[in-house]
Amino acid sequence: MKNTWIIFSKEMKSYFSSWVAYVLLVLFAVAFGYMFWIALDYFVTAGMEMQMSGQSYPMSINEQIIRPLLGNVSVLSLFFIPVITMRLFAEEKRTGTIELLATSPVRDFEIIFGKWLAALGLYACLLACTAIDFVFLFVYGHPDLKPLAAAYLGLLLQAGGLLALGTFISTLTRNQIIAGASTFAACLMLYVFAWVSGFNSSTWATVLAYLSVVTHDDSFAKGVIESKDAIYYLTVIFLGLFFTARSMESLRWRA
Amino acid sequence: MITVKELTRRYARTVAVNQISFTVDKGQIVGFLGPNGAGKTTTMRMLTCFLPPTSGTATVAGFDVLDQSLEVRRRIGYLPETPPLYPDMETRDYLRFVGRLKGLSGEELDRRVDYVIGRCAVSDVKHKLLGKLSKGYRQRVGLAQAIVHNPDVLILDEPTAGLDPKQINETRALIRDLAGEHTIILSTHILPEVEQTCQQVIIINKGRLVATDSVANLEGRARGAETMVLEAAARSGVLDAGAVQRRLAQVPGVGSVLIKEARPASAIFETESRKGELRRGDLARAVIEGGWDLNEIRPAAMTLEEIFLRLTGSEPAAAAEPTPEPAEPAPHEGAPAQAISDAEEPHA
Ligand SMILES: Nc1ncnc2c1ncn2[C@@H]1O[C@H](COP(=O)(O)OP(=O)(O)OP(=O)(O)O)[C@@H](O)[C@H]1O
Ligand SMILES: [Mg+2]
Repeated sequence: MKNTWIIFSKEMKSYFSSWVAYVLLVLFAVAFGYMFWIALDYFVTAGMEMQMSGQSYPMSINEQIIRPLLGNVSVLSLFFIPVITMRLFAEEKRTGTIELLATSPVRDFEIIFGKWLAALGLYACLLACTAIDFVFLFVYGHPDLKPLAAAYLGLLLQAGGLLALGTFISTLTRNQIIAGASTFAACLMLYVFAWVSGFNSSTWATVLAYLSVVTHDDSFAKGVIESKDAIYYLTVIFLGLFFTARSMESLRWRA
Repeated sequence: MITVKELTRRYARTVAVNQISFTVDKGQIVGFLGPNGAGKTTTMRMLTCFLPPTSGTATVAGFDVLDQSLEVRRRIGYLPETPPLYPDMETRDYLRFVGRLKGLSGEELDRRVDYVIGRCAVSDVKHKLLGKLSKGYRQRVGLAQAIVHNPDVLILDEPTAGLDPKQINETRALIRDLAGEHTIILSTHILPEVEQTCQQVIIINKGRLVATDSVANLEGRARGAETMVLEAAARSGVLDAGAVQRRLAQVPGVGSVLIKEARPASAIFETESRKGELRRGDLARAVIEGGWDLNEIRPAAMTLEEIFLRLTGSEPAAAAEPTPEPAEPAPHEGAPAQAISDAEEPHA
């Protein structure tokens, strides 16, 4: 545990001292801020139109602002997750520092877990940017906190799985660009698998849809924590980290 | 402290290390010598648990590098060929990170980090980013990280590569100082380094062990025949070098006499004789009694350089033998001596 913490804090520091973290935070905040502004604008306009036309539909901040926005966040994450994970191992392999880690009295899984936690930590910082915008909603409205929290948990779990996948891909190459591009492709695949169920209901389509990370996000977005969806994400995380460990082991054989 | 038995490492096409066996006692400094591509780095990577051996075993401090790798890793400090530095870390933070990784904490961590910063002369760059250090400083920080946790065994892959002459001497002195409580293996292709710092040499070539012995013995054994260099001068006028040569050849025990360099008034001769059969006084007396001056007389030690070239240059007989079955213990103990005497034959 101590070793995991050492690796985690080193990776965290490295994200911030190499400015990667700041760049990602700014980009993420700007992109999300823009989406937030559009959504809010739409909500307010719709509300005023309804008042003017004398109709009244129930309006919910949770359903009409927060939920679609957080859905957008999971799309936005597709672009950020590869950038977060691509350097984790590829960089160590390129500069030879992997030789230091691998000859230190630290277990492979402690290294892997520490690095993955740091990636998740940075992602959590990105999510925190979105929370700042939501604070306004709490100041001027009364959205429900519980579904919001569930949605965040879903996002974290989803990112956890994709980050584990990215960590694994990063062990396969010493080139960060290749690692990043492959991770993006892999994440995109897991994302678009869900679309197939829209026009096809054969068995393989169901399987593909099941494999997609998006289909398991719905329940969280609605504010329900479904254990089967949580289990799906935890499985993805486990598998990602497990393959990372395998890959690191075989690194030694091929190095 | 370190025992290596028939260690072999194969890559897809090449056999990088082929059935190497040797032992290193506690507190010794061992020089690992070999030309480029000999397999030095590969052997060190196996000793540090970075690469698993294809076959054979290696133990460090009694622990097997494969089965008890964590125990081994606790006890070694390793400077890889390229110092493993994170470019976006500062020197001091980096050393603290490595120290923690090796299990140091609290006050001891601070103490050790400060100590190695002083010891490896990196206090000038304490707060500089590692990515901005010069090659020599990178090497120094690399050495500092290897010794930060005061390990029992130090494995240094070309520790003086890229250092300036002053720093090279300081590093060698540091390495000599560290011996005693630490066991050190260092690889190099610089021969004076081995002569200056090491007690024992292991010479490998093309993945095979060529010789393993103490530095002094190796020089002695490779010499085989004794060579003396002497300079004689005429008391006045021109020296008849031929006359001196004939006179020296009559000295009992002298095999042959060469004129190495002839100047008008003096000349340098080289006499060869079988070991222990020549008395230096006889040579001196022969020159004086012949009416010449004796300016200098000294034994010509074969430099490690010559030994090295001789041992690695031609394919030694031991390496030409068919590879024994891995199950059978290879006659490595006998191999080095044989290699030397075989190489010696055309010379004697
Ligand atoms: N990753 C690898 N894949 C394939 N072959 C390798 C690999 N690493 C080393 N080799 C081969 O193994 C042999 C020994 O290499 P090694 O790096 O151990 O030599 P060395 O003695 O350290 O040389 P140098 O003095 O140049 O550092 C070489 O023939 C090299 O080409
Ligand atoms: Mg090498």
